[in-house]
Amino acid sequence: MAKRIEAVNVSAYYGSFRAIDNITMTIEPKSVTALIGPSGCGKSTFLRSINRMHEVLPGAKVDGQLMIDGQNIYDRDIDVTAVRRTIGMVFQRPNPFPTMSIYDNVVAGLKLNGVRRKAALDDACEKALRGANLWNEVKDRLNRPGAGLSGGQQQRLCIARAIAVEPQVVLMDEPCSALDPISTLAIEDLIAELKNQYTIVIVTHNMQQAARVSDRTGFFSIDSTGEPGRLIEYDDTAKIFTNPSVKRTEDYITGRFG
Amino acid sequence: MTVGSHSARTRVNLKAQRLPKWAPAALGAGAIGVAALAVHATGFGGPVLTGVTAALLFVVGLAVLSAVVEGGRTSRDRIATSLVYAAFVLALAPLLSMAFTLLSKGTERLNGYFLGVSMKGVSAFDDAGGAYHAIIGTLEQAGIATLITVPLGVLGAIYIVEYGRGRLATLIRFFVDVMTGIPSIVAGLFILAFWVLIVSPYLNNGRPEYSGFAAALALSVLMLPTVVRSTEEMLRLVPGALREGAYALGIPQWKTIVRIVLPTAAPGIVTGVMLAVARACGETAPVILVALGNPAINFNPLSGGQSSLSLYVYEQAGTASKYAPGRAWAGALTLVVLVLTLTVAAKLLARRNKLAR
Repeated sequence: MAKRIEAVNVSAYYGSFRAIDNITMTIEPKSVTALIGPSGCGKSTFLRSINRMHEVLPGAKVDGQLMIDGQNIYDRDIDVTAVRRTIGMVFQRPNPFPTMSIYDNVVAGLKLNGVRRKAALDDACEKALRGANLWNEVKDRLNRPGAGLSGGQQQRLCIARAIAVEPQVVLMDEPCSALDPISTLAIEDLIAELKNQYTIVIVTHNMQQAARVSDRTGFFSIDSTGEPGRLIEYDDTAKIFTNPSVKRTEDYITGRFG
Repeated sequence: MTVGSHSARTRVNLKAQRLPKWAPAALGAGAIGVAALAVHATGFGGPVLTGVTAALLFVVGLAVLSAVVEGGRTSRDRIATSLVYAAFVLALAPLLSMAFTLLSKGTERLNGYFLGVSMKGVSAFDDAGGAYHAIIGTLEQAGIATLITVPLGVLGAIYIVEYGRGRLATLIRFFVDVMTGIPSIVAGLFILAFWVLIVSPYLNNGRPEYSGFAAALALSVLMLPTVVRSTEEMLRLVPGALREGAYALGIPQWKTIVRIVLPTAAPGIVTGVMLAVARACGETAPVILVALGNPAINFNPLSGGQSSLSLYVYEQAGTASKYAPGRAWAGALTLVVLVLTLTVAAKLLARRNKLAR
């Protein structure tokens, strides 16, 4: 249940502004890939273009090829909802659906895509919540509102919601930046478990986090404001953080770069 | 030099002179006393002038006293506080007065008999008659108007917020704004000219048909902009993160709107719809124009004249008979209670879907 993603010359635009320029990288299955870089360098934009969430914003578009299982997800005959079901996403701020219970939040993706059988939904709910390390905390109050959980629990609820539809890939856009250190630890442990089953791509501003959780790291940067973001270096995490081959990467991870 | 001695030498003074707690109350009592005395002595004016004078005396006295004792900033704060309270009382006074008048005069005739009979065969000078036919009319007309308006209005707002891009959406919003300003008599005239005089003859052997349905059409013209605008505001308040969360699960846009966005915005949408319903229930002019009114009970909104509560109140209030004003007040009270009940019921219904916190 994990797929390789190949990005070939991917560029993304907001209107006429080019946010990322010619990104080519291969993301390995059953591994954690971290994207790091300064604010505005396009790492979130690239992440969102992997499951066609970039185009949700008005005027946004993507050029280039993003291959998964030999299919370019930007081809005309691609079903966007199928892409998004295959490539799930967890956002920076926890966004449980406020009108739904914990249970309904977890199975929302299945229910709204036509799964009706109660037993199947119950199984999926328990499996996803166990997968997100949340089952023991909420199993007695599945009918309580999802918005009533703590921030860290809400984020794990969102992860459970994302993995309940059994995606191949899970994208995470700074999933811990709104959380305290203990919740962050819980999510990082979870990421380490999830990579046994899923391909994970995580955007983070926290370089220690990238070093802790990821197998490979991509460093994005921009030359100056208004220029598009580029992939500067992409290598094994251990190499990036100990012996990067590009000077700019070294400057950034050692803090000499703004 | 240690930190402690430094702070002790340049110790900041955080205390200020304050008026005692009882001062405003005492000043208020004094102001009322002085005002009553002055008004009584001059024999000029009554309780209202006493109240106004007392309020003025109180504000000026408190401002001066506070400025002397407490200083300028606190004095201005006290003036502002007094003015805010005064504005609150002024705004509330007419409302309370109206509720009181309505209750005291409306309850005289309001009973089971009044709610159960029509005005058929009742002359203005009989101590009889009721508003049953008018209640039926209001319920049917407002009900049909709501059935027409809510789907149209909510779908229109969904288009504007979720799908509309560029010119067309801007144009629709502009026309909705224009529609908000349509006087009810103009809506009535429009339906009279368009529906009653042009369309209805085709359905009625060539004769124009005045009906409750025509009134409902006119009312929905009036309700539509309110429903669209309030729904639009409510949909915009739904965070984009919720939509993105749904899209990221592979949920199609229309399902996201129906199952995620609309339920989240539902309480606000219901409030907007009920405001529009309340407005429609109170409209008289279009009903006079296109439903004509009818002293008898007419259950059929599609054929024949029909009355409504507001029209009933208008008719009775304009009738020179000692029993008519009583009927008008009772009708008005019925209308208010009806709208209030509908609003409360709708709000409870919208909240029931919300999960208990």
